[in-house]
Formats: sequence, structure tokens, C-alpha cells
Amino acid sequence: MAEFKLDASGLLCPMPVIKTQDRVAELNNGDILEIVCTDPGALNDVGAWCRINGHKVLVAEQNETQVLIKIEVMR
Amino acid sequence: MLESGSGGIISPLITITPIIIMTRKIKAVSLISGGLDSLLATKVIMEQGVHVEGINFYTGFCVEGHTHAIRKKDKAKPKRNNALWVAETLGIKLHIIDVIEKYKDVLINPKHGYGANMNPCHDCKTFMVQQALVWIEKNDFDFIITGEVMGQRPMSQRKDTMPVIAQESGAGDRLLRPLCAKHFEPTLPEREGWVTRDELLDFHGRSRKPQMALAEHYGFDDYAQPAGGCCFLTDEHYSKKLVDLWDARGNKEYEMDDIMLLKVGRHIRPAKNFKLIIAREEGEVNFMQGYRNRFISIKTISHSGPLVLLDGQPSAEDCQLAARIAARYSKGKLENEVEVELRQINGEIDLIRVKPIGISEMPASWSV
Repeated sequence: MAEFKLDASGLLCPMPVIKTQDRVAELNNGDILEIVCTDPGALNDVGAWCRINGHKVLVAEQNETQVLIKIEVMR
Repeated sequence: MLESGSGGIISPLITITPIIIMTRKIKAVSLISGGLDSLLATKVIMEQGVHVEGINFYTGFCVEGHTHAIRKKDKAKPKRNNALWVAETLGIKLHIIDVIEKYKDVLINPKHGYGANMNPCHDCKTFMVQQALVWIEKNDFDFIITGEVMGQRPMSQRKDTMPVIAQESGAGDRLLRPLCAKHFEPTLPEREGWVTRDELLDFHGRSRKPQMALAEHYGFDDYAQPAGGCCFLTDEHYSKKLVDLWDARGNKEYEMDDIMLLKVGRHIRPAKNFKLIIAREEGEVNFMQGYRNRFISIKTISHSGPLVLLDGQPSAEDCQLAARIAARYSKGKLENEVEVELRQINGEIDLIRVKPIGISEMPASWSV
């Protein structure tokens, strides 16, 4: 298991989802990916993408300027 | 009997291999836009026991997401990507594919031309089916589904153009349109018995009533109904701004930032070499802030006013004019003088005082 980061700041949906999808494709079961975004829509969209594809959302939080999502890759 | 190498006699080995008949599940990929038609088309095929996964192509012009995130007035609406919502509702995987670069040729050189605006619908559909075909060949899927309905759209969904799309995309009879399949010759999935033709549909025309009835039958009641479709290129105002951009530059090239900025602000072009993009509300101001290191920007200081970006190659004189226009859209528009911050791309700032431009000095033709 390893931890990785993805900076999707400045991108509007669906680009954070696409970046997440492409990054997860390179990871292994149990790997953790932390995604930082600025589009609040990513909070729902990345979560929905994870549910569809069976990955686990560990953290999904939003402050004034950023959205932080941490997921565990499930294969 | 066989003779062994040492001269002895060996018995032939008789191996009995059990015959296992592998029944491979038929797999289809469905083009999911996030609207009702693709939701229903996918459901119709899933009901026949076919394994379906969704595919969604992101061209950069999709109405989904972007402007919802930008404009503050839209923030009250729940944010969701409808293609993801459709996939989750159906319980299928969704593959979102970035085709921004590949799509440029479709928009710039459409073989079948544009629709009422800058929408190359016929070529766009052909392109997407073509991309889906590449995907199914790579992923060992059997056929492609779309939610098209014959007669629903004037370019790409006509009785005469739909077979052309199937042919030109290369998909041929591996393309199935479940909602109107009965208007066409049986496709490969029907002929092979992968799906039952009797359970496919014969929808046609612009009425949405059959789709709504089918949605009710399946228990779908929260589907998206985007007014004007799911593409900015069908929007008259957006298309005018795109054409203006191309005319001003003398070519049809564009980057992602260009098409993003066409979605926000009031656009005013006093001359071919530059235009102003004036934020209309707080959400747009926040979004445009991110472009201040790539564009000259203007902000009124003595009076509250919108953020303005200058696109193009404005001269010093042009910047003065732009500052006067920016002042016009500030709270000081009726004052004799407004203090304005002119920020260069490298961060250098000039504070200048200008007289807001009079409304009579701004020809209507400047407004894009």
C-alpha cells in the first residue's frame, strides 16, 4: 500500500474526475490517493465515480477554497 | 502401438479433455450523455441481460459541470454530473474520456457542416461512435448503444442521416439505437440473438411523451432535462463569441482556456486586436481571478466594479480605452473620474485615472 497525491486545483468538473480515473488506473489495490480540487462540484462527482467503480472514499471535505478527497483503491 | 526410443513398446497416451462450453456474456458500451434518452436506451438493453458499461466523452463544450461551478447564481442548484448520476442509477461503470484535443478537428472542419449555430452535430455523433468503436475493440466489447431517437434532431437524428453515421463511424451494424431500432434494418446484436428485436422500441419525432412514459415505467423520476441540449455549441450566444474569437485571430485554432472564457462574462470587442471580458457577478470574478497571470487585467479602485480581463494584444492606448470601459461598469460610471488598477501579466501594476466611457461612445457592434 502506498500513498499518492493528485492536484486538480483550477480544473472544473469533469476534469478532476477524469484525472482521478486516469491516476487510479495506474494504482494497486489498497493504495491511497489524496485529491485536492478547487471546484466544489468535485466533492459529489469524485464521490459518485468512486461508488460506481467500487473504490472507498475515506475523506471528503470542503473549506472556503478547497475540496479534499482521499480514496482507497479497491480492485 | 508406438516404439520407444530404447526399442521397447509403449502404450499410446489417451488424454480425455473435458469439453467446457464457455458462455461469454455479451457486452455493450452505451454512450451516456446524462440525459433521459441514454438512460432509457441503456436500461432497455440491460433488461435483456446484456452487460452494459457507460462511456462519456468530454469535448470541453459540454454544459455539464463547468458553468454550474462558475456562476454564483447557479450555486443554489445541487451540483452533480448527470452522466455519473445516470451510471449510478443504473448501477453500471462509467468511463469518462477526455477528447478535447481530438475534438478540435471535428469542430474546425466538419464534413457535414454546422447546424443552426456552431454545432457540428452530424460529425460530432460520428466522431463519438467512432471513439466508442475504438474503445469496444480495445476492451473486447461486442456492440455500441446510443439513445438516439429518429426525427428528434434536425441534423444527426434523421432517418437518412442515422445510417450514414453508422457507416462513416466504422461501427456499421454494431451500432444499436434501442429507442428507435424498429425503424431500421436489424443490426448485428439483433441478428445474432444477443438482444430481442421485439423488445426494442420505435420512438420517433420530437415529442418526449414516449420517453417520459418509459421513464415512469422504470421508476425514473429525477432525470436531467437540459433545455437546449447538453452542448454549448448549440447556444446562439456562445456560438457568436466563438466565431468572433476565430474572426479576430484569423484562424479557428483554440485552447481550453479560450472555450472556458467564452462561457463567462460580458464580452466587448472595441477592435480586432483585443476584447474585454467583464465579470458579471461574484462567481465569475472568483473564476476569472485564476487567469490574472495570463491576461492583462483591470479593476476599479475608487469605486467597486467587476474584474476585467483583456484578451488579445492591446496597445497602451487600447488599455486606456479598456480602463474607461471597465469604469463604465463600475459604481463610478457617472463620475468624472475613476481610479483604475491596470495589472500586466508579469504583475506590474499601474494606477490610472480615467473618465468612464459614455454609453453613446460604445457602438452596439462592440458587444459580442
